[in-house]
Amino acid sequence: MQTETVSQPATETSLLRRWRPPRFGVDAVGRRVLDFIALVRGLGAFALITFGVMFNKRAKASAVLRPLIITHIARAGLVLLPLTTFAAVGLGLVIIGQSVSLLSRVVANNFLGTIMVMAVVRELGPLLAAGLLLSRTGAASVIELGTARAFGEVEALEVLGIDPIHYLVVPRVIGMALGLFALTVYLILGALISGYLWAFVQDVPLTPGDYLRQLAGALRGLDFVLLGLKTAAFGTVIALVTCYHGLAQPLSIGEVSRATIGAVGQSIVFCVLLDALFLLIYLVA
Amino acid sequence: MMTTQESSATAFGADSVPALEMTDVTVSTLRDPSIELLRDVQWTVQAGDYWVVAGLHRSGKSDLMAVAAGLMRPRRGTVRIFGRELLSGFEHERVDSRRPVGLVFDGGQLLHHLTLAENIALPLEYHEVGNDAERGVRLQSLIEFTGLESSMAQHPAQVSRNAQQRIGLARALALMPRLLLLDNPLTGLDPRDAAWWLDSLDALARGHALLDGEPLTLVVTGDDFRPWQNRAKQFALLNGPAFLALGGREELRAHPEPLLKILLDTPGRP
Repeated sequence: MQTETVSQPATETSLLRRWRPPRFGVDAVGRRVLDFIALVRGLGAFALITFGVMFNKRAKASAVLRPLIITHIARAGLVLLPLTTFAAVGLGLVIIGQSVSLLSRVVANNFLGTIMVMAVVRELGPLLAAGLLLSRTGAASVIELGTARAFGEVEALEVLGIDPIHYLVVPRVIGMALGLFALTVYLILGALISGYLWAFVQDVPLTPGDYLRQLAGALRGLDFVLLGLKTAAFGTVIALVTCYHGLAQPLSIGEVSRATIGAVGQSIVFCVLLDALFLLIYLVA
Repeated sequence: MMTTQESSATAFGADSVPALEMTDVTVSTLRDPSIELLRDVQWTVQAGDYWVVAGLHRSGKSDLMAVAAGLMRPRRGTVRIFGRELLSGFEHERVDSRRPVGLVFDGGQLLHHLTLAENIALPLEYHEVGNDAERGVRLQSLIEFTGLESSMAQHPAQVSRNAQQRIGLARALALMPRLLLLDNPLTGLDPRDAAWWLDSLDALARGHALLDGEPLTLVVTGDDFRPWQNRAKQFALLNGPAFLALGGREELRAHPEPLLKILLDTPGRP
């Protein structure tokens, strides 16, 4: 079914009057799908170019690149520590708060560690850390790169023989991948500790030793491997999507906000899709 | 140690090869390639030339410079720098081949997250020109050339447009280009700053110590010819969509094109 909109006189300027209900017709859905395919193709090409440059120029200009990479690791990790601490304490509270009442009713407090591992280590920790990275560092990257593009700084790099992908994108990809891994480990540790503290406050009969034994029993070797891979993948995807939107088109300053909104939304979509892929790996393994 | 200039001279052929050659070039705007600003540009810049290209606003001066520097693909035609066609292959592969060309942008277009000194040092460090001591000496000589020694710790947003453009010039000279393109360097300058630019470009065209005394090929754009008519050697006019290579000073003054009278008599210029 296709919804047709009725044309209105051009003189009507009121926002309310100009608003039209979204179109749900087949053509609109088809257009969305085609747009998504074009986006994936563009992002794929951008990612391939970035990885190619990363490999081919791995030894070039290390004196310039190394400080940039350290800066971006700090921006993706160190700078976010206060907010991450707050989020970790909150995450521990939410999970323990919800779990304890249920587990106490069925006398299953020995599953507390298992729940923390399943919820925090495998799912919420990496996703929440990725969300924090995206909202602060990722969004800032689109604005920085979009502004640099609008002011012609990218062309200035090119004319100096400096590859903008090498100078602007590669440090962000490495910085966000490593920074997000470190940030996620910090968030998970914080959430596990705060979880125990909230359980202690709620008089759950659980010693620290028992809690640690539950955690150790629930953790598998695959958890550590997939945690590293997942966080590196999230960081890489966020860096690529935000850099792509900042650099891919010649932007004017007015277009930077739109690019930022698009980059944040698409990063969330790609991270959730990646998370689903890792869930499949868990289930298969 | 082979200098950057020597190595680029070896790579890009002898000086008898034109520094810049445009054949049947159509220039469009960067934002909308469907808009053609200049058509059928036939232009040869020989090594050692000092060209001034003038035209009214939106006549395509900046876009012509972007095409000449290899930043933008012409809609049609070919562009050769020292005999080598630049615009082939992937974008990241073309970056290195732009080395013999320097471009000073209108406004400088400095990297805003770096200080002025870091902006000048960036190409030297990125391309690892010489060792640390040699880079330090070259950076110092470039800083002295700008006359802005006291402002080097500042960021671009903290200094004037003229200072940003001077840093842009020093940055472009860092890699010892053989062809230097300057987009509207005199826009918005007072007479003293304009004189600094005119004298500096004269010195570079004659052969400056910064470039080991080698004469630099210059192509400058401007809104009018007046400041340049006794400085530059060759002149070209943009009268959209036509590119008119006028020739030397005599041809400039004798040419019947009506727009020339406006561009030669513009008041308020040094």
